[in-house]
Amino acid sequence: MSDVKTCACCGEVSEEQLLLQLDDVLAQNRSKEGALIPVLQIAQTMFGYLPKAALKKIALTLGKPYSEVAGVVGFYSFFSTMPRGKHLVRVCLGTACYVRGGKQVLESFRKHLGIDVGQTTEDRMFSLEVARCFGACGLAPAVMIDDDIHQRVKAARVGEIIDQYRKEKKPAKVKTQKKGGK
Amino acid sequence: MKLTINAISVEVPEGTTILAAAAQAGIKIPTLCHLEGVQSIGACRVCLVEVEGAKTLVASCVMPVMEGMKVYTNTKRVREARRMVVEMLLSEHDGNCQTCNRNNDCELQSVAFDLGITDITYQGVKGRNEVDASTPALVRDNGKCIKCRRCVTVCTQVQAVGALFPQFRGFKTVIGPAFNSDLADVSCVQCGQCAAVCPVGAIVENSHIERVWAAIEHPSKTVVVQTAPAVRAALGECFGNPPGTLVTGKMVAALRRMGFDVIFDTNFTADLTIIEEGMELLKRLTTAVRDKQPVALPQFTSCSPGWIKFAETYYPEFIPNLSTCKSPQQMFGAIAKTYWAKKAGKDPKNVYVVSIMPCVAKKFEAQRPEMDDSGFVDIDAVLTTRELGRMIRQAGIDFNALPDEDYDRILGTSTGAADIFANTGGVMEAALRTAYEVITGRNLPFEELHVTPLAGLEGIKKAAMTITGTLPEYSFLEGVVLKVAVVHALGNAKRIIEEIKNGEIYHFVEVMTCPGGCIGGGGQPRLTDNEKRKKRIEAIYKEDEGKKLRKSHDNPKIKQIYGEFLNMPLGKTSHHLLHTEYIKRERV
Repeated sequence: MSDVKTCACCGEVSEEQLLLQLDDVLAQNRSKEGALIPVLQIAQTMFGYLPKAALKKIALTLGKPYSEVAGVVGFYSFFSTMPRGKHLVRVCLGTACYVRGGKQVLESFRKHLGIDVGQTTEDRMFSLEVARCFGACGLAPAVMIDDDIHQRVKAARVGEIIDQYRKEKKPAKVKTQKKGGK
Repeated sequence: MKLTINAISVEVPEGTTILAAAAQAGIKIPTLCHLEGVQSIGACRVCLVEVEGAKTLVASCVMPVMEGMKVYTNTKRVREARRMVVEMLLSEHDGNCQTCNRNNDCELQSVAFDLGITDITYQGVKGRNEVDASTPALVRDNGKCIKCRRCVTVCTQVQAVGALFPQFRGFKTVIGPAFNSDLADVSCVQCGQCAAVCPVGAIVENSHIERVWAAIEHPSKTVVVQTAPAVRAALGECFGNPPGTLVTGKMVAALRRMGFDVIFDTNFTADLTIIEEGMELLKRLTTAVRDKQPVALPQFTSCSPGWIKFAETYYPEFIPNLSTCKSPQQMFGAIAKTYWAKKAGKDPKNVYVVSIMPCVAKKFEAQRPEMDDSGFVDIDAVLTTRELGRMIRQAGIDFNALPDEDYDRILGTSTGAADIFANTGGVMEAALRTAYEVITGRNLPFEELHVTPLAGLEGIKKAAMTITGTLPEYSFLEGVVLKVAVVHALGNAKRIIEEIKNGEIYHFVEVMTCPGGCIGGGGQPRLTDNEKRKKRIEAIYKEDEGKKLRKSHDNPKIKQIYGEFLNMPLGKTSHHLLHTEYIKRERV
């Protein structure tokens, strides 16, 4: 299962190869009751999202209508049918972040990336999502990019943050903006 | 179990729902999602009742009765709760009753009326009013959907297709194909059972009414109409007649008054189908039994276009087993624009052929690109029974006051064997009436020629018959046990195919897409339940038994068409006009 963790976005494994790997996952799960959601979770980890080709294969192999598989995928916000970017930007809109300007921060990310929540930039560098509390309310407004927490983010500084990732400069674990930091 | 409903004592078996117990006591509980024998899920919440001692109101369609239970269906609390539920449905229902296809034929409309709702109290955000007219047979309108899920259950469980399912979540939920794509982009077989059970106007047939009026009014078109066997046993319901009222003569009279030029009967080509399909079966049996050559058996019937698309999509490995015979509808078009047009001195390009069908899949079948063997599109328009009912009203015809009239000559002549194409078991029985006589020279050994083991509403019916006393040319069939099966509803077709894949042997299998056969088709007056199916089948058998000729090969006009035009069954002309090919379809 270790190769299952490989992400398609990193260009390491082609989608065709991943579909073949999906066959193995399905072979292990096809006769199990209630296999659909676990298989979808594994598939999402493998591909980084749920491509239609994978969903059709899952439907066919598990003997479920494609409409039902799509219904389950559409029901849970955890599942995504859009390719994810190399970097996942999650702007917190939990109560603390919201009152401290999370909405403006989100708006700024939307503007800078040119995408809406749930979308991915054309160059597949960034996906934008909204989160509800990372448990980092003291750092509000907080933004999580991949595994990095950005604290006390200012809307005006969003461009800088994005540029760091564009330039592939991996920031430190907890990145504080100069002016906002204590 | 004993209980009281509104102080009336009722005794019902354990496991009975309150809804069913109330019906037994003559008390009607309204519901918009319940479908007897198909779906009880308590989704719509309209069937709420009060049970003494229960904290909340309960959904009677899913609540089983208990000993000594005291149920009240008509208290203030119940009335107000039901009204609230329906008002909420109405608040997001993009209704437009006056212009809706279901006006006066809508369960939501009548429930709202019955509950005394006279005002729209809540103006909610309407549903997503997206119209999907991507398929030839069906039109979906999400704005009208009340998410009762009847269509989902019918499509998934009864028909084993699963084209529809709830998509997305919460207020954004829509009932539709995967990711709310167009119906044309998924493996829908166009049977229209969804449209048959929809309580509102969210799924309806793709109407051909306007194009038919245009053809009738066209100065140079000769409009020929054919009526399928099942229509005569159900059209009366559109005019308040009880289910099972036969209206053949009135229907013919109405069609004539509407302006159709020639009134013919699909029954004629049903008889023709029996000759062609029967001979095809004998040919396959000859190849297998006498010549000991490999041949695809069992032979499956091919009259039902939903089933054909189902086989092409889900079981393409069985395509060689499908009879190559076109359906009676398509045979009719091909014959009308060749044989009949020539005989009547009409230029086939000015002949416009309309079918009246109990079916919506026939609209799909008519537009299959290969259905043009006459040199023209064989069938120009297909109307459902419901659409014909509407057109008769549009024409201002007092249907029930019409006299009985007869079909026009040649393609209007038929035998009883053709009538029973309307119900499950009928095509098989009609085929056996002819095949048995061809093989043995004797009548089928059943009372009234009815193959009783193949009749009725059981989902899968089987029969085995040992062939004895064969005529010399069929002596190789002496002692052969002919095994046949009859299935209706595609879920049962799937079951019989799985049986066959597991080694079960049959020679001939009849498949009808809709529960009960064509009498329960997706284009019939709503709402079809088993009681209505039985009544319509009784009417069809009555029509059959009332005919002087009961076997397709006895039809004098069938003999005439072979003499004048087709020459012989499975011959060159037949092959060209009456037989077809199937295609493997991608499953989505």
